Amino acid sequence: MNVSYRWLSDYIDLSGITAQELAEMMTRGGIEIDSVPSRNAGVSGVVVGYVKTREKHPDADKLSVCTLDVGTGEDLQIVCGAANIGADMKVPVAMVGAKLPGGLDIKRAKLRGVESQGMICSAKELGINDKLLPKEQQEGILILPTDTEVGRDILDVLALNDSIMELDLTPNRSDCLSMLGVAYEVAALTGRPLELPEPSKDLYLSSDKTSDFVRVSIKATEQCSLYTARYIKGVKIAPAPQWIQNRLIAAGVRPINNIVDITNYVMLEYGQPLHAFDAAKVAGGRIDVRLAQPGEVLVTLDDQERKLEPQMLVIADAEKAIALAGVMGGANSEVTLETTDIILESAKFDGGTVRRTSRQLGLRSEASARFEKEVDPARVRDALDRAASLIARYAEGLVTEGIAEAEVSTKEPVKVELSLSRINGMLGTELSSLEIKTILSRLHFVAEVSGDGVWNVSIPSRRGDITHDVDLVEEVARLHGYDEIPTTLIDGQTTAGALTKPQAIRRELRSIMTGAGLHEAICYSVTSLQRTTLFKELSGETKPIPLAMPMSEERSVLRTTLIPSLLEAASYNITRKNNDLALFEIGNVYHSDEDVLTRLPQEKPRAALLLSGNRRSAGWNRSAEAVDFYDAKGILEKVLERLGLGKKIAYVAAQPEGFHPGRTAAITIRTDRGIETIGYVGQLHPELQREFDLSDTYVAELELAPIYEYANRHIEYRVLPRYPAMERDIAVVVDRNVFGGALTEAIIASAGELLESVKVFDVYTGDRVSSDKKSVALALVYRHGERTLTDEEVTETHALVLAQLEQSFGAELRK
Amino acid sequence: MKERLEALRKDALEQLQGVADATALNDLRVQYLGKKGLLTEILRGMGALSAEERPIIGQVGNEVRAAIETVISEKQEGFDRAATAHRLQAETIDVTLPGKAVGVGSVHPLNKVTQEIEDIFIGMGYTIAEGPEVETDFFNFEALNLPKNHPARDMQDSFYITEEILLRTQTSPVQIRTMKEMNGKTPVKVICPGRVYRRDDDDATHSFMFHQIEGLVIGPNIRMSDLKGTLLQFVQEMYGSQMQIRLRPSFFPFTEPSAEVDVTCAQCGGSGCRMCKHTGWIEILGCGMVHPKVLEHGGYDPNEVTGFAFGMGVERIALLKYGIDDIRHLYTNDTKFLSQFAKM
Repeated sequence: MNVSYRWLSDYIDLSGITAQELAEMMTRGGIEIDSVPSRNAGVSGVVVGYVKTREKHPDADKLSVCTLDVGTGEDLQIVCGAANIGADMKVPVAMVGAKLPGGLDIKRAKLRGVESQGMICSAKELGINDKLLPKEQQEGILILPTDTEVGRDILDVLALNDSIMELDLTPNRSDCLSMLGVAYEVAALTGRPLELPEPSKDLYLSSDKTSDFVRVSIKATEQCSLYTARYIKGVKIAPAPQWIQNRLIAAGVRPINNIVDITNYVMLEYGQPLHAFDAAKVAGGRIDVRLAQPGEVLVTLDDQERKLEPQMLVIADAEKAIALAGVMGGANSEVTLETTDIILESAKFDGGTVRRTSRQLGLRSEASARFEKEVDPARVRDALDRAASLIARYAEGLVTEGIAEAEVSTKEPVKVELSLSRINGMLGTELSSLEIKTILSRLHFVAEVSGDGVWNVSIPSRRGDITHDVDLVEEVARLHGYDEIPTTLIDGQTTAGALTKPQAIRRELRSIMTGAGLHEAICYSVTSLQRTTLFKELSGETKPIPLAMPMSEERSVLRTTLIPSLLEAASYNITRKNNDLALFEIGNVYHSDEDVLTRLPQEKPRAALLLSGNRRSAGWNRSAEAVDFYDAKGILEKVLERLGLGKKIAYVAAQPEGFHPGRTAAITIRTDRGIETIGYVGQLHPELQREFDLSDTYVAELELAPIYEYANRHIEYRVLPRYPAMERDIAVVVDRNVFGGALTEAIIASAGELLESVKVFDVYTGDRVSSDKKSVALALVYRHGERTLTDEEVTETHALVLAQLEQSFGAELRK
Repeated sequence: MKERLEALRKDALEQLQGVADATALNDLRVQYLGKKGLLTEILRGMGALSAEERPIIGQVGNEVRAAIETVISEKQEGFDRAATAHRLQAETIDVTLPGKAVGVGSVHPLNKVTQEIEDIFIGMGYTIAEGPEVETDFFNFEALNLPKNHPARDMQDSFYITEEILLRTQTSPVQIRTMKEMNGKTPVKVICPGRVYRRDDDDATHSFMFHQIEGLVIGPNIRMSDLKGTLLQFVQEMYGSQMQIRLRPSFFPFTEPSAEVDVTCAQCGGSGCRMCKHTGWIEILGCGMVHPKVLEHGGYDPNEVTGFAFGMGVERIALLKYGIDDIRHLYTNDTKFLSQFAKM
């Protein structure tokens, strides 16, 4: 809503408050005003001139030489290039010394040898947005009404000495979609009295009765609670008076003709949209408010044919729909230059109905914006009469006697009980009864005392947003001033803040991953259907969960696994030449076994990582090293070790879809329930690497729920060993397909309690062993907790180990 | 013999004076003090001396030995020092060459900001509540006083999955879930961070997926003045003790009274600059007193308890804090962007 400061002054005395100050006051009171542009874009020295003569320029076809009376007693000669200039017109004249927007200074000049003492201006040259001008004024010079006073400052004539307050309204304050509403708000803020228009005073009534011309009835009683109409005879369609046009332009509405302009003017003033029908085109003198019939079609004022749906509300005559109620009129009943009699409509349509219709048809208007937010029923008749009186005055219409109307129901006025203790208890203030009463009276709310410090407040229908006592508490708070509310600390019981275990674990994960050199990514939770199918084992048995109205195919389904998100991020980086990538994400995937959701899907927290390119780039003292499987695994080992899960976890060769079949492990956890797979780590399948344009890339994804469950942050201290360990290194030759993990497991199982640790420290394939074999070197550490081991007992145990390895794997001790 | 000893001392000291390296020094030591050395040779003649002379000569012999030894060890130390110095010189490296790189990772700026905010509120006695990102219409709208026909509930603006299930458009449903979990108990003091989704076209300031942090406090006597105090404390811990806040009346369906909160512009300290559009203030969050209908939906009696709630957009705070020019950078995961947030 754009509010003209000058127009607002009609209803409330604004002396001593500038537009800027008022804007700040309103903003602090809850009606945000972002900017207060001046309507004068830099015009001075422009006055109204009368074109006495117009001659063709002797040396230029397109120029005219005019003599003008500008009220100074001395005629000016001005050369003008506009095609629409003619003698006997009133026009804006920028005299020598005038300034125009854009820093243009008007000087005496010679145009093709003819002296020119100024410039005749177009509206655009005066800084008026030409989109807001009537069509005939968008080109050529601005032609002013013939009764405009010669010599008058154009700033007065066009009301450019004004500022516009651009209101950014919250949805609850639709009462301020009208000048009167804003005036009430300003009255509440300033405490100044209101002077409101009294509409019916100026009605010029004809002796005819409205009921002889038009009858109205409401068939759709859910969608319309009140419909009123007046009949106005003998109107003369012409431009609206300049002051109405000025105000419309100030509000951002384009003037059209007196009838349309007056309905718009009253809409801006009262917040009540009105519509005028050409009475000659309304069949049967009848207006019905009804729902559209199946297959019904209406051509709206913008010449678009609209197919109507049965839940849309229409205004119809005896034969056909003539308007989409509250949204737009029909072309078949449009007011034209030939129109003589009009039916003027003012009604209350249901907001939801108007909103749905306008959304469905993609048709938003100033009118629909107001109906959507529920117009004030108390203003329906006032607005009708106000418009009728203006039409009588400015379109020479004769208003017939009586209003044709239909009313379904009247709403009981809202009453809200408010207590002083509630206000102060909720705000932390110490306001007195007197202060509350003063604030309520500034709002023009009538409050009856119903007890000690308790009021029964009648809420005017213009403030439909107030229904509960807390709404009144807010009114009191904002008018008292939010700044005046003290700053206190919460009374009562203190509470201890802390992270939950999952939250603490996520932070730990984040810290370990970043410590390992990974960058944390945040990827979208929605992806394409195709990407949910890449990693079947990670997606589990879930059915895809598609959005009903996605914005693109790429973002149409909830993700079922994290890795595709990281692949997308990796691709993006590769195209930007970031080739060495180390990324991770902690986030949810969404699983459901339902084809159509009837309950919420499972949201599974997971962590995923991706490594690609080089672990580190080449430096002056070393060459680049590409990442491999063991980088990814090493990070996971560190993570799981830190979370106290090291002993519960095992890595088992696996071939899940999307991964390199020979370079992937399932991550398993041993729990009370047995052994569960909680994720995978491995190389991305070469086909996927190609698809995403990646070099060798290693990825892992881990389910976090079991980790939350089994992570053990308890530190169990063990006494430091007091007796020496005995170390034995062995190298065994085994078949190439024997896993190191199997060897260490077998060693642990066969060595018994004396074995403290076993570690693979070298794996060799090459000339010194046969081509289907490899040599695995292992370091074994033996120790006894209570005494020093003897060489004999270690040798004995060690022999058992070797025997076991030979038996299980055909391992030969490498000499 | 005494004369011979003195002469030996003199010769030895003279020769030692001119010794050039450790090898020559060792040779001299062997020559004079060795088992077959000159001193031993002289002292071997002690047997021929009288009992009176023997201790005197012995004494002299010891003195001569000590004198020579002292000089030898001084010389030896000198040679050792020189050798060490030489070796260290030879081992000199170019310390200006770059070190061996250790990968430096980074926490995503949105999570950095979130953790910082979480820590402040944990310090103020809050716990962190979480809720599902896929929500029911009831929790996301209905229970928050956005009834079915509310304009903010248009299908166009939210990602619905079915009529009743959608991606949450705000973290506020966690308020209701928390209240229900608390089952009428007070005090409730939680913050709820998380992802939210709205059907907005992405541009420099909008992202269809973004993050919010919601706060909720419920108790028998919670006042709007407590809300002001809480937010002031938060803002001062987050941005510095010189920061002030300003509340402006606003509207949210789930709070009444409602307010937008401005904080002193960090760029200009409140004197006005381009960033704050010359107002000296930056809007950072919305808040208010929990609407009675919301309390009822959460299982509380609005006549018994009151509460406040606040919510902020993590993206906005991160953009302001780091001066990031485009919200979309937060979601491309470009490592050139992410690696800038590697500092603590």
